[in-house]
Amino acid sequence: MIRLTLVQFRLQAIIVAGILVLAAILFAISGQHLYHLYNTTVAACPAGSDCSAAKDAFLNNHVILRQLLGLLLLLAPALLGIFWGAPLVAREYESGTFRLAWTQSISRGRWLLTRVALLGLASVIVAAALSLLFTWWSGPFVRITADRFNPGNFDERGVVAIGYALFAFALGLTFGVVIRRTLPAMALTLASFLAVRLAFTFLLRPHLMAPHQASMPLQSGEGLGFSPSASGITFSLGTPNIDNAWAISSKVVDSAGHTASNSALHAFMVNACPAIVSAVGSGQSTQGVNHAPADPTVFHDCILKLAQNYHLVVSYQPASRYWTFQWTEMGIYAGLSLLLAGFCYWWVRRRIA
Amino acid sequence: MTAVLTANGLGKRYGRRWALENCTLEIPAGQVVGLVGPNGAGKTTLMHLAVGLLTPTTGSIEVLGGRPAESPAQLGRVGFVAQETPVYESMSVADHLRFGDWLNPTWDQQVADRRIDQLGLDRSQKAGKLSGGQRAQLALTLAIAKRPELLILDEPVASLDPLARREFLQSLMEVVAEQQVSVVLSSHLVSDLERVCDYLVVLVASHVQLTGGIENLLAAHVRLTGPRSGLETLPPSLQIIEASHTDRQSTLIARVDEPILDPAWLVERINLEDLVLAYMRQIQPDASARPHLVEAHR
Repeated sequence: MIRLTLVQFRLQAIIVAGILVLAAILFAISGQHLYHLYNTTVAACPAGSDCSAAKDAFLNNHVILRQLLGLLLLLAPALLGIFWGAPLVAREYESGTFRLAWTQSISRGRWLLTRVALLGLASVIVAAALSLLFTWWSGPFVRITADRFNPGNFDERGVVAIGYALFAFALGLTFGVVIRRTLPAMALTLASFLAVRLAFTFLLRPHLMAPHQASMPLQSGEGLGFSPSASGITFSLGTPNIDNAWAISSKVVDSAGHTASNSALHAFMVNACPAIVSAVGSGQSTQGVNHAPADPTVFHDCILKLAQNYHLVVSYQPASRYWTFQWTEMGIYAGLSLLLAGFCYWWVRRRIA
Repeated sequence: MTAVLTANGLGKRYGRRWALENCTLEIPAGQVVGLVGPNGAGKTTLMHLAVGLLTPTTGSIEVLGGRPAESPAQLGRVGFVAQETPVYESMSVADHLRFGDWLNPTWDQQVADRRIDQLGLDRSQKAGKLSGGQRAQLALTLAIAKRPELLILDEPVASLDPLARREFLQSLMEVVAEQQVSVVLSSHLVSDLERVCDYLVVLVASHVQLTGGIENLLAAHVRLTGPRSGLETLPPSLQIIEASHTDRQSTLIARVDEPILDPAWLVERINLEDLVLAYMRQIQPDASARPHLVEAHR
């Protein structure tokens, strides 16, 4: 049965192996170049000096290639599900050959198990190889941006990609087994895989572990500025960056530890920074846009006064949890895949044909 | 007479529709059995139940003394050629032989090789490029090279042209002559079955309407033409299968066990097709409008 599976899937295997080799060559050539560039510019920048120019210059490299690779890696597991998973049983149904295969001297369960195990293993190998290549290739970028939890990095490096590939494959298999038609199964595989991936990444992943809380000065907030709100002129700011950690949300609290309301902040600002309140309120501003008054010192003075009374409480996933997150997510996807495969095994053996 | 297939109150339901209902049947061993019946009579369902592609909703079925597909060994004892004779289009003829070899411990490579040589099939040819007749022959080769005790063929010649049809049935007969194998074969055409079968099962609306050796059946049935008023003179044991009347004359198809003595009745031999049609009309009155086909071509 193993030999038969190899014969029946040799074309698919050769195509994917070809793509993999091509990708490896591409990664190797461009990666070589990237690492050389990194070593001669960013890494050569003397410690203690401002290296942001060198870093920016480096990040401007290969922007399109990075986006393309990101897309490819996002879709690669889906493609495995579409071209390996969905047709695995559906094509047998469609062409009627399941009646040939399931009347040979081999149980239907073993027939399915062998095929699923072999192609599942191949999917793992493909995903692992791609992930390994990309992890190496994107090393310089991640070293500069220190943003490993960013979905663009997290999802395509490390071990999660293996889970995605297994899941997409199992999803394709399941749709094929239940719907029995290759094309609809392929379409549903793509749609549901992307839906699950997005939902997991943006809705579930932040809650996998309770985040840490940290107090940080107001100035660490991103894009700090002043703007009108319903309760009057106040200030707004984004969640700060923490190197390689995942900052999820932040809030402004007063010295007593209470969350500062917009009206309290406004009242404080009317007292402490009247110049800004009048500048933003006098029609120089448009709704919702951050504004700094013409004189930067007024701006800085105001922020200093604010920072004496208020600070940020940031909830974040620390950098040290990176691999915990990677393995947990991979485990969940692998578990789901096993469940789906088990369901297919049960469904096919139910002898509905 | 031992049975290769025994069905007892066998039924298969898809949702609300019964594809086969309360079917009780016994098919003897060592015969080439023809299974006829109109579309929807449940022939394919019965065959799929026999090879274990389906499980019964009600009742039971036993093939060669075992439950269909209960084990790899049981699967190996039954050769099956499905309707439309499916093969893997992208696999070559040689790949198919490997497929059979790898999946069947009882595989007989000599049988397979000899048949492929006789048929003159190119081993490197993709199965998708074979003609309908060659495809059917390849499917038959796979089914017999595993040396089954029972060969089940679901309308194997339905989609073949007359020449390929004849060749296929010819090679089937050779297989039967060479190997000790029982055969159950369903077909559109009674004429096909007449050529190769020695036993007939007529399945109508999942009920067995008629069963028996073809020679016996033909000997026991006649067509009678005589005066409409003369029905009383016929022997009481006579079993009328079908009767049609004009004002003065009656035509009967009947099962007779004793000679018809009244000279007013013209007694003719009946061919198998008319016999089968008569039995099928018993349950399906609308079938009388159909011409000589037992089953309309799809």
